[in-house]
Amino acid sequence: MRTFIKLHPFAWLTAAATLWFLLYRSLTPASEWLVGQLPVQRASALGDALQFFLYDTPKVLLLLAGVVMVMGMVNSWFTPERTRALLAGRREGVGNVMAASLGIVTPFCSCSAVPLFIGFVQAGVPLGVTFSFLISAPMVNEVALTLLFALFGWKVALLYLTLGLTVAIVSGWVIGRLRLERYLEDWVRDMPRVQARAGGAALSLAERVEAGINAVREIVGRVWPYIVVGIAIGAGIHGYVPQDFMASFMGSHAWWSVPAAVLLGVPMYTNAAGVIPVVEALLGKGAALGTVLAFMMSVIALSLPEMVILRKVLKPQLIVIFASIVATGILLVGYVFNAVL
Amino acid sequence: MKDVKVLGMGCANCKRTAQLIESVANEAGVTIALSKVEDLPEIMRWGVLSTPGVVVDGKLVHAGGVPSRELIQGWLTST
Repeated sequence: MRTFIKLHPFAWLTAAATLWFLLYRSLTPASEWLVGQLPVQRASALGDALQFFLYDTPKVLLLLAGVVMVMGMVNSWFTPERTRALLAGRREGVGNVMAASLGIVTPFCSCSAVPLFIGFVQAGVPLGVTFSFLISAPMVNEVALTLLFALFGWKVALLYLTLGLTVAIVSGWVIGRLRLERYLEDWVRDMPRVQARAGGAALSLAERVEAGINAVREIVGRVWPYIVVGIAIGAGIHGYVPQDFMASFMGSHAWWSVPAAVLLGVPMYTNAAGVIPVVEALLGKGAALGTVLAFMMSVIALSLPEMVILRKVLKPQLIVIFASIVATGILLVGYVFNAVL
Repeated sequence: MKDVKVLGMGCANCKRTAQLIESVANEAGVTIALSKVEDLPEIMRWGVLSTPGVVVDGKLVHAGGVPSRELIQGWLTST
């Protein structure tokens, strides 16, 4: 297969896309048929839960594989080096917007957050702009967006994208205004300046296709257990938890529900993949969308392990300020949503 | 003998990269001195933005993600 991709990358892409589309179209009949084969009543709670699980699991995985494949190819244009070169010397404002947007398409892994952070600062990317990138990159990512799209529809996915970007842009801008450079660890400040260069040879289509396949293997390979478990829990809630059960404590009437959701999200370090299916089911039982979105953003953007890693380059004061500003942004998102919807 | 350094703060991908390099070297019958660089300021001196990075004989050849077997073979067999 590898040699075929090398020789005919375009043909391979077309064939893969066709196969993908056919599979996607046959999901509903296939899952109905499967549930029909099982000795359960379709109309019962168990039947409901099973149908949910058997339909949503392949649907989410299929969508995810497709999106990650495409994003893997797009990512091959936006290496961290190129992104840094694009951001170096940008003014705040424009820089924050660009950094947050580039955060979506630049491949990012939380284990690289620190080298990336230092590399950006070293090349003269302003601190606030660097933070916009660091907030947006993990929060607004293709896995979260795909799951939102698959389970909630495109409106919620778009909303999450817009709000995630807004939180990243505004938080980064505020951090930039506060002039917090003195809270960088001393050795980071004393690092020699470097010139940002784009570097990297242009890739052929075949190489980009391979990058896409590698991304699918790596990302889908890593998150699928979370998704399956998440959907299984979601299916259980779907079938068994009574309607409006969540309304009492995650509904929009309880003012404290948003801060509670944000606090609850901080120590949780599952990824978007595990949280979103559960959250979807909760929403069906009367939880308010704003509360749920705030919870999700908090789980993804404010993770304790990442703070520990960042501690190597940031003094504690800056970590606290960073976390407070992002948390405030998320709180606002939650309240605005609950008020509007 | 080639001097190979894997730059990274001990993430899963960094460990996998080191293992992969070792196994490719064994297969190819190339003797290498493999070391892991986990000290952050030292990593940053090489100017990598994403880890794992790979340095062969004092030259940065790779940054970000686990390299493929073919890529590693290329580094180890070139003179």
